[in-house]
Amino acid sequence: MTTTVKIAFLPLNDAAVLVAARDMGFAEAEGLDLELVRTTSWATLRDRLVFGQVHAAQMLAPLAIAVTLGLSQQPAALAAPYKLNVNGNMLVMATDFAQALDQSVAARLADPLGTAHDFAAAIGLWRRKPIIGVVHRFSSHSMMLRYWLASAGIDPDRDVVLRVLPPSLTVEALRAGEIDGFIAGEPWGSAAVEEGLAETVAIGERIWQRGIEKILAFREAWLEDNAETVDRLLRALARAAVWCDNPANHSALAALLANPRYVDQPAELIGRALSGQIVARSGEAPIAHPDFMLFAREATFFPWRSQALWIYSQLVRWKMVEHSPDNAAKAGAVFRPDIFRRALAESDVAMPGASMKLEGAVDLPLAVGSRRGELTLGPDRFFDGRVFDPEKIDEFLAGFGAPR
Amino acid sequence: MRIVIIDDSGLRATVLEQGLRDAGYDDIHIVPPRGAFVARLERMAPDVVLMDLGSPSRDTLEEMLIVSRALARPIAMFVDQSDEAMIGAAIDAGVSAYVVDGLRKERVKPVLELAVRRFNAFAKMQAELNEARTALSERKIIDRAKSILMNQRNLSEQDAYALLRSGAMNQGKKIVDVAQALITASDLLGGGI
Repeated sequence: MTTTVKIAFLPLNDAAVLVAARDMGFAEAEGLDLELVRTTSWATLRDRLVFGQVHAAQMLAPLAIAVTLGLSQQPAALAAPYKLNVNGNMLVMATDFAQALDQSVAARLADPLGTAHDFAAAIGLWRRKPIIGVVHRFSSHSMMLRYWLASAGIDPDRDVVLRVLPPSLTVEALRAGEIDGFIAGEPWGSAAVEEGLAETVAIGERIWQRGIEKILAFREAWLEDNAETVDRLLRALARAAVWCDNPANHSALAALLANPRYVDQPAELIGRALSGQIVARSGEAPIAHPDFMLFAREATFFPWRSQALWIYSQLVRWKMVEHSPDNAAKAGAVFRPDIFRRALAESDVAMPGASMKLEGAVDLPLAVGSRRGELTLGPDRFFDGRVFDPEKIDEFLAGFGAPR
Repeated sequence: MRIVIIDDSGLRATVLEQGLRDAGYDDIHIVPPRGAFVARLERMAPDVVLMDLGSPSRDTLEEMLIVSRALARPIAMFVDQSDEAMIGAAIDAGVSAYVVDGLRKERVKPVLELAVRRFNAFAKMQAELNEARTALSERKIIDRAKSILMNQRNLSEQDAYALLRSGAMNQGKKIVDVAQALITASDLLGGGI
């Protein structure tokens, strides 16, 4: 019997795995009928999930944690047993704003620390605070942007204005001069570059080499009550993710996503991020970033608890939540590696032996303990070289210096 | 009580405003969710903000409610959050309400209930309009198929229609689908009109 699962999503490249699971038949093979519900704003997506109008949602990882901690409207216990992708963000700035930065876009992207300092120096040159669009207060984009700004001594709450707007409105807002730049998931950065409105300043993958992005979120109660459906869904998604990662399928995937029901942007534009060919300035040759966006390899889909705790550490750092053992435990428990292990136990997915790791400690591809198959983790360094030990959150936070 | 409707569909905002006025609310303002709408909203200091659930500017508004000094008061979305049926109805109707001043929560409930009814009325109107449009285009398709049959098979209009109808009945399809298939086939064969 076919089970219908309703999943809310936003028009972004990182809906890829959901779209492929539906349109390439991976869900059907598991007896699932995926109904993908397109929404425009994260607030609407969150409400649809929290109030039970969809069963699951493609969600910003920090938003799932914020909702669970009661920071974003109606509190609800959410659970994330699956990561839809890592990386895939791009920071772009209006062409005239980017003048103050290194004129070689390749050099800019290769050296995020230098670029952050150039940007910091330029803040004094502009007559007003730069306005940077972020897709949500509780987004990985916002966390990464803040991390990047702070590395050059910029206080993201004092020295710049962070303006929240949904990804699909970023290009219009830039054109209207309402923002000077934005950080968003693809294809929106590329769309702004393509129109000659902006240049790429940084890409997420160079800030955190394996930066957490979207997760699949459920209401915890629904997840527990529908174990069998969840298992089937996770299996379908894991297969779809492998298909999405395969370069041979990238043009087909881009064509799927281009559909007006999904991203509704030209396939060529969408394809850039998928194949890691980044055009940083209109008219210039693409720069190769093969790790620009990952769906499956290196167990991308595995919900490491340490990554949930990294997000928590940033919420604490920016005073969005009070630091307490209870809050830390709640935040960490949003990620559900136990469900992932159960759902994919019989599959050929390489299963990490642990559920936490040091984040930012891998320099070169590293083979790690795995219960099945071989698992190699890719380099996951933060650009400033810090390492996050989930057992030592206080120490990590102290490393950023005294709070404002 | 001051109510601000954030909406860029002129028609929906009007439908909503009229309903609220009929119900005896008179301090009502419509603000399109563009540009510096947040600053305008701040100056207006509303008690309730009504917004289309599908509006992309919801994220912007929520962020503003968190950081704005002037509006930094308790926010209750969907008014009484324990009332599941009300929340469901509001989501179905596509309305989200932000009560800016948490103290007046109770007074806001009738506003939201009214808004839900008006949003539903608007949606129904929209659906009827779409239906009328579809009906019109369906008639055009059938007319075109009829004239193809009339020209190529030398039939009267009535007979052409009867032929389409019996074709539809035999195949268990809608007349308009049979007519569309006929037009497509005719175009492919270069037979057009």
